[in-house]
Amino acid sequence: MAEIQHSQDGEIAKPNTAIIWKTFWILSGLTALEFLIAFTMPANMLRVGIFIILTIAKAAYIVGEFMHLRHEVKFLIWAIILPMIFVGWLLLAMILEGGSIFTMLQ
Amino acid sequence: MATATSSEQGIDWSGGNLPLKASWGKLMMWFFLLSDAFSFSALLISYGLIRYSHPAYSGKVSDFEFSQAYWPIPERVFEAVPFLHGVPLPLVFVGIMTFILIMSSVTMVLAVEAGHRGDRRDVEKWMLWTILGGITFLGCQAWEWTHFIHGTEGRGATDFYGNVIYGANLIQNEYGPVPFANLFFFITGFHGMHVTSGVVLNIIIFYNTALGIYDRPDRKVDEGASRYEMVEKVGLYWHFVDLVWVFVFTFFYLV
Repeated sequence: MAEIQHSQDGEIAKPNTAIIWKTFWILSGLTALEFLIAFTMPANMLRVGIFIILTIAKAAYIVGEFMHLRHEVKFLIWAIILPMIFVGWLLLAMILEGGSIFTMLQ
Repeated sequence: MATATSSEQGIDWSGGNLPLKASWGKLMMWFFLLSDAFSFSALLISYGLIRYSHPAYSGKVSDFEFSQAYWPIPERVFEAVPFLHGVPLPLVFVGIMTFILIMSSVTMVLAVEAGHRGDRRDVEKWMLWTILGGITFLGCQAWEWTHFIHGTEGRGATDFYGNVIYGANLIQNEYGPVPFANLFFFITGFHGMHVTSGVVLNIIIFYNTALGIYDRPDRKVDEGASRYEMVEKVGLYWHFVDLVWVFVFTFFYLV
């Protein structure tokens, strides 16, 4: 056991976790807000829009702070974000396609 | 010449520099996660298309009954909580699951932070909490699947011949159209599989940390990486699993 203790060179720094807990409270708050909206607002396109905006905000905090992407090189950030923007486009296109399949079947 | 000097410090990219200022392993993890995001996107896009090609329920939420004629309202499908049989608590259990997963993501990022400081005891502590959170989430999902497969006591939809359907599987579904159950099994199942492999990876990292492998002075690390970079790479995967759940929660349970 003794040699394991010696492997540290010098003092261990104090934890610096303020930003982590701040992100945690933001994520919890946004989730609580989603619940509130789910039970107080009638289901319509506005509600869906609010949910999508809140989800993207949560995703931005997870990817930006927890996964540290915000602090990476700009090229790496765009290499990850840009393909996902096109995926969002495909999602929108396929939802509209689903709507037209529905009207065709009526 | 430059290669020779950097090789003395550790494994480099063999070109003498560090593309995108990230180590090789971390960059590959990022691109793996991007490709994995495509797989989940494919499932969620299919969900969007299939859902909007079915009729939506248009009446009041309180009058809602299960029927195969329209897509069900998720808050009326997922309203059971363990030990509270017969009490309708819409989305409460899935809210607890979401909280557990966010919490285990926080303990993971605390483990990564401890790794940056080279604090092995803290890494061990936070990795154990993360593993515990992952296992708890999987247990919750197992319960939810069991309940979903068993179904309600005769409140379900009727089939083509007018018989009441009990529970759900890939060919019959008491909650609504058959694709609803199929998508539930595929999306939450694929996510649960990712959580399972994440827990296995976390256990391996905990084991390596506890053995002191990352503190060995003769261990070579990627250029630009800390000694505990493995914690960071597996952490990326674990946060990604949490991220996917954020989207599944919105698109499957809330919208």
